[in-house]
Amino acid sequence: MKKILAFLLAAVMVLSLAACGGGASSTPAASTPAASTPQEPAEGGSPAAASEITLWTYPIGDWGKEDAVKALTDAFTAETGIAVKVEYLAYADGDDKVNAAITAGNAPDLVMEGPERLVANWGANGYMVDLSDMLDATDKGEINEAVMSACVNAAGECYEYPLVMTAHCMAVNLDAFKEAGADGLLDLENHTWTTEDFIEAVKLLNAKFGDVAAVYCAGQGGDQGTRALVNNLYGGTFTDAAHSKYTWDDPKNVQALEQLASMAGINFDASLAGGDEIALFYQGILKMAFCWNIAQQLNPNAADTGAGLTMNGEEIVFMGFPSEDGKPKLQGGIWGFGVFDNGDEGRIEAAKQFIKYMCDSEHTVEAVKTANYFPVRSAAEGTDLSTIWADNEIMDEYQVLMPHLGDYYQVTTGWAGARTEWWNMLQKVGEGADVATVVAEYAANANTAAAG
Amino acid sequence: MKKKNISAYRIVSTVILIILAFLFLFPLYWIVTGAFKTGQDINSVTPVFIPTELTLNNFAKLFAKRSAPLFRIFGAAGPNAPAAIRWLINTVFMSVMAMILTCATASMAGYALAKKRFNGRVFMFSLIICAMALPKQVILIPLLKEMSALKLYDTLWAVIFPTVGWPFGVFLMKQFSEGIPGEILEATRIDGASELKTFTTVVVPMIKPGIGALAIFTFINSWNDYFMQLIMLASGEFFTIPLGIATLQAETSIDLGLLMAGAALASVPIIIVFLIFQKYFTQGITMGAVKG
Amino acid sequence: MSRALQRRENIAGYLFMLPSLIFFAGFVIIPMVICILTSLTDANMHDKSVLGSFIGLKNFVELWQDATFLEALRNTFLIVIVSVPAVCAFSLWVGSAIYKMHSAALSAFRCIFYLPVVTGSVAVTVVWKWMYNNYYGIFNYVLKGVGVIDKNINWLGDSKTALWCIILILFTTSVGQPIVLYVSALGNVDQTLIEAAEVDGATDMQAFWRVKWPQMMPTTLYILVITTINSFQCFALIQLLTSGGSGTNTVMYYIYYTAFKLTEQSGHFGYANAMGVILAIFIGALSALQFKLAEEK
Repeated sequence: MKKILAFLLAAVMVLSLAACGGGASSTPAASTPAASTPQEPAEGGSPAAASEITLWTYPIGDWGKEDAVKALTDAFTAETGIAVKVEYLAYADGDDKVNAAITAGNAPDLVMEGPERLVANWGANGYMVDLSDMLDATDKGEINEAVMSACVNAAGECYEYPLVMTAHCMAVNLDAFKEAGADGLLDLENHTWTTEDFIEAVKLLNAKFGDVAAVYCAGQGGDQGTRALVNNLYGGTFTDAAHSKYTWDDPKNVQALEQLASMAGINFDASLAGGDEIALFYQGILKMAFCWNIAQQLNPNAADTGAGLTMNGEEIVFMGFPSEDGKPKLQGGIWGFGVFDNGDEGRIEAAKQFIKYMCDSEHTVEAVKTANYFPVRSAAEGTDLSTIWADNEIMDEYQVLMPHLGDYYQVTTGWAGARTEWWNMLQKVGEGADVATVVAEYAANANTAAAG
Repeated sequence: MKKKNISAYRIVSTVILIILAFLFLFPLYWIVTGAFKTGQDINSVTPVFIPTELTLNNFAKLFAKRSAPLFRIFGAAGPNAPAAIRWLINTVFMSVMAMILTCATASMAGYALAKKRFNGRVFMFSLIICAMALPKQVILIPLLKEMSALKLYDTLWAVIFPTVGWPFGVFLMKQFSEGIPGEILEATRIDGASELKTFTTVVVPMIKPGIGALAIFTFINSWNDYFMQLIMLASGEFFTIPLGIATLQAETSIDLGLLMAGAALASVPIIIVFLIFQKYFTQGITMGAVKG
Repeated sequence: MSRALQRRENIAGYLFMLPSLIFFAGFVIIPMVICILTSLTDANMHDKSVLGSFIGLKNFVELWQDATFLEALRNTFLIVIVSVPAVCAFSLWVGSAIYKMHSAALSAFRCIFYLPVVTGSVAVTVVWKWMYNNYYGIFNYVLKGVGVIDKNINWLGDSKTALWCIILILFTTSVGQPIVLYVSALGNVDQTLIEAAEVDGATDMQAFWRVKWPQMMPTTLYILVITTINSFQCFALIQLLTSGGSGTNTVMYYIYYTAFKLTEQSGHFGYANAMGVILAIFIGALSALQFKLAEEK
């Protein structure tokens, strides 16, 4: 016993020594800029760029995968001499981490996400650096107009430099549809279908398999899917066109929710978030997924049976959300970079260089491809971006959905609170509360919060 | 007649106990087997209780997912290694440091509270009692700001120090120190030993089982203190293994096999530590409590 | 006691307390004081100052009108009120059933019941999340298999069951230490008293409640204290399993939520700290009560 103890103690001492350095040295990296930054302001012009910056990224396509991101940042470091320290956030607790870091005065230099966070939240609260000086007339001409307007607030300040976009859609298990005799209801060429077909398909699938799909509502993860589903079914809206208030108490949405709640095979499931729903779909348990997009379509599943297949090897087909006229209004996703204002010009400058490198240079092709989405601009410094996915059959096919892109309403005031109200509301609907009443109540909550 | 009834009761209760034991063992069994299951087995709709095939694939994926320098000594980074290994090193470092500091400070304070009749002793003890059950969420925000002001945010010390500050250890050590006979202390004092000498040569040997129990207790608690780790650690390099696993769990595509491999890595080492030292642990915690 | 001796005791006492006090004061007391002070202000994340401006008891008044907070408070106490007696009763039963066993069997059982504590909340939730799963979890699989239910129960997704599911996990991760304590307490009971009782014709049950139980009172009180502490530490389970949804919100989670979740209400530190103060008052009172009982034993 004594020997074991002595050995353990020795092992622990060695480890402690190793990690001790880690503990002690971690502070300077982010909280004391002086250590890593040449502080002398350059004469006139812009200040000297810092030699190290931090980037926190959400799992946006392969921007959540270390090896893919490392290839990009290594190339950037080789060209500019600026090292990039990357942290990978998850949607479940990423926001909390950023907020905790802001509270601790330790926000990252760069963050990669969408306008609903960067512009409507952190930007609006004054934590971000205005990037409008990085956008000249050429840039504005090249970048998709709707995307640009989502990244700029009413005062013309730009808190997000956009990189990629996509349309969120849904997916179906084609083999299951065939087995249930429902595949005739899908327009496989245009990847669209009508509400009537959808209802019929759910009926057929339910008779054959039981569980068909889940209106997941354990949290806000993947809520674009449930919002688009409800809005499209009978043509309801989520916000008004001016993005000033929430209109999801629209009778058409009430009708859609009542319809969904009444359908056997569709579970309002408060134990699932978007990611769980996808997992169940991959497992073949659910026959439809509402939390889908092209990155999922390209992603080989956990059992490695290949892209576009479930774990049992059944074929996955992406579809627009069902609507009465078969012309869905899809939810856009926009992702790009924002810069946190840490009060250090050198690091802001370095972060801007990083953005320029990734979003507007000959390297943009790689940055976009890593995200598995579509570029937001037609060209970047002379490199044509419109055909970068031409050699990828799935991406090419996915283009048919892009014209269905609807309004990017996620920048409406009070957005973060509104989506919380949304999934809480879905939980209540799932528990059998009167739909019209809860919808009115939660939409009113969202509007009150937005106004206050 | 009476005897027969009792043995029937004993048989029934033993059977129930064995069933319960299996239920308590099940999560651990599932973690360990799950870590070695193939994607098909672990994601199967009908539970696969005995893996059809064993694979190291889950660990390979876990190790390939993130990397971090193996260690960092005064800013100089070690060779790159799978982050999970680094997380394990961080966790061991954190738990050991918390353990050493807690045992050292708590045994001294516990002894003082039990045996020194200093002014304000009752007040101090009451304060400790009241603060003992306090969940850390209560002081979350001030603590975070304090750590940031001390430049400790995003270091393991930000997790270690509040653990050491938690007064449960002091309470436990006070209970143990009550049992030291006053005459022995008196005798050492008459022999002219200094206070510190009395403590190290007389008190510490007598409360050793208590220190042992507190050590294991602190080690386990610190290892599993997910909340403080979540709040205080931001860089993947400084993650602990529970935090790393929770982060993997939170990511969009849920890979059960990978999670089980992570959970196995997070729990098996500490279970082994526990099994080695459990004899001291059971001795320790029982001795302290009885004197309640 | 002479004045010189008292001084000596004071100095020695304070010096021995000092290292521990540095940590206790620095990382528990000072934050608690700041917490109390800021609970009276509108301190928030967007405002750089530490304290914000004084607004009196406004946060507390708002809290009593905040339905979410009241629900969280109710859930918190439900967890404590259910899990503490359940853990005590269960561990007493297990303890009395195993303490006379052969030492190998005894230590095997003791270890097994302790394992969930050691495994840790995060690793344990990975498994429990799967076990509770609505579609392929083992509970639905087994219960359906033996015909108890005919439709899957959405354990974590239904506000009728979710909180109980959390309590069950908390229960399995809490009984380890009490069992160890009861086993040794039962072993230490004075045998002569039991024999005397048996001579007087007491049944086993009577012997247990009249002789053993009173002797184990200190152990029971200690178990009450540590189980109460444990029950307030269920943050990880809630964060990782339900994110406070399905009626599982607790004050501990709601504080975190108010402080850091990305909503328009987020970063209201004064408000979050006011919740902390209310919780601390309840917990302090509860602890004081328990120790009062302990002294009167």
